[in-house]
Amino acid sequence: MSWFTKFLSSSIGQKWIMALTGLFLMLFLVIHLIGNLQLLKDDGGEAFNTYAFFMTHNPLIKFVSISLYLFILWHAIQGIRLWRSNQAARGSRGYAVNYARSSEVSSRNMAWFGIVIFVFLLLHLYQFWLKMKLGVLPPAEVAAYDHPVQNLYLPVKEAFSNIYYVLFYVVSMVVVGFHLWHGFWSSFQTVGINHPRYNGLIKSVGYAYAVLMAVGFSFIPVYMYFVQQ
Amino acid sequence: MKLNLKIWRQGGNYKNGQFVQYELPNVNPHMSFLEMLDVLNEQLVSKREEPVAFEHDCREGICGTCSMVIDGRPHGPMKGTTTCQLHMRHYNDGDTIVIEPFRAKAFPVIKDLVVDRSAFDRIIQSGGYVSVNTGQAQDANSIPVEKDQAGRSFDAAACIGCGACVAACPNASAMLFTSAKVSHLALLPQGQVERKRRVLKMVAQMDKEGFGQCSNVKACEAECPKEISVSNIARMNREYASAAFTNESN
Repeated sequence: MSWFTKFLSSSIGQKWIMALTGLFLMLFLVIHLIGNLQLLKDDGGEAFNTYAFFMTHNPLIKFVSISLYLFILWHAIQGIRLWRSNQAARGSRGYAVNYARSSEVSSRNMAWFGIVIFVFLLLHLYQFWLKMKLGVLPPAEVAAYDHPVQNLYLPVKEAFSNIYYVLFYVVSMVVVGFHLWHGFWSSFQTVGINHPRYNGLIKSVGYAYAVLMAVGFSFIPVYMYFVQQ
Repeated sequence: MKLNLKIWRQGGNYKNGQFVQYELPNVNPHMSFLEMLDVLNEQLVSKREEPVAFEHDCREGICGTCSMVIDGRPHGPMKGTTTCQLHMRHYNDGDTIVIEPFRAKAFPVIKDLVVDRSAFDRIIQSGGYVSVNTGQAQDANSIPVEKDQAGRSFDAAACIGCGACVAACPNASAMLFTSAKVSHLALLPQGQVERKRRVLKMVAQMDKEGFGQCSNVKACEAECPKEISVSNIARMNREYASAAFTNESN
């Protein structure tokens, strides 16, 4: 085994993979949220459709998005493998008395949150991304381009006029929030960034980030359901 | 005071175990937890029953031998305290106490509350030492060590290798233990020569023993009787990555 594969397959290397892919995905969420704010504009989806066309046709963003798919899969597969090997390390017999107060709910349930998020992602991609990729969406005219673009706003609007979809998204985003609540600080710790001067800052920024992402992403479907319909 | 005990009894790793209930009618609150178990065993022996096997040695909180999980917590409910330093005055008359062995695949049960922690010894043997040519004793302070650095190293060196971190961890990870040992030597000038090789070998041995991977739950830090900080784990993560990327011999 080369030194590099040895590093990646070691317990610490596997943690590094989780942390680095996780940090990338956290950066993606910020961009994704900023982009999705176009949905809040009351212009019949003009800004959002322009943005969607740009995101699917810019070569640099295309390259980054392929890395994104790979990182999501890598993070998920590595996470499941770690979870299973950790369960095996714990052994078949658990404690009769479980004392949970020495750790946080979010940290103990990362794998479960991750699985929920993955299921959410499958539905989320099927609803919007797949339709865009297959090109089955009707055309829409936008001012920014002299040719019609795909009307991605249409399925979004349709989905968020259904209260069950809105609820599903909000619940999923709360789960994402819990996942990030532990994930942000944890990524820094795993790559060795732990210093008494900055620990407080990393934790507070992480908690604020987790709340902002959960609230921000939940706000869009709620706003579209109650205000834009 | 009167106590009800629910104690895990198991003949060996491949035998089935179960909880057995015992009643202790007259416990002195000044007793330590281990002395309370001694009294129970006296009672069992006088009834010609098999005494409960549990590990103990110094009974001063420095050897790390007294491993058991008391009401779901390694070393019991008091913070920064080993089982031997836990006193019965923290319990009330009529309490029921559940006592279990440390549970982890890498710590197989030998008997009752005694588990085999030789995996820790093998991690130390793989690199948790400093090689020196012994000769005449050096003059004191001939190797200067900065005060803060020495303090941090000492904090890590306070680890008594009891295994409570593994017992408390939902992943049965030994990273708090290993990182304390790595940090202890990595922070001192004497540890520099073997620094890279040490962390690579100790982590490799830790993985081989079948411990889980740290997911930064921090239950280890909360339950550690010596209050070893998880900042040591971050240090080991740094040390390991930097050694893996820069070590020339491997």
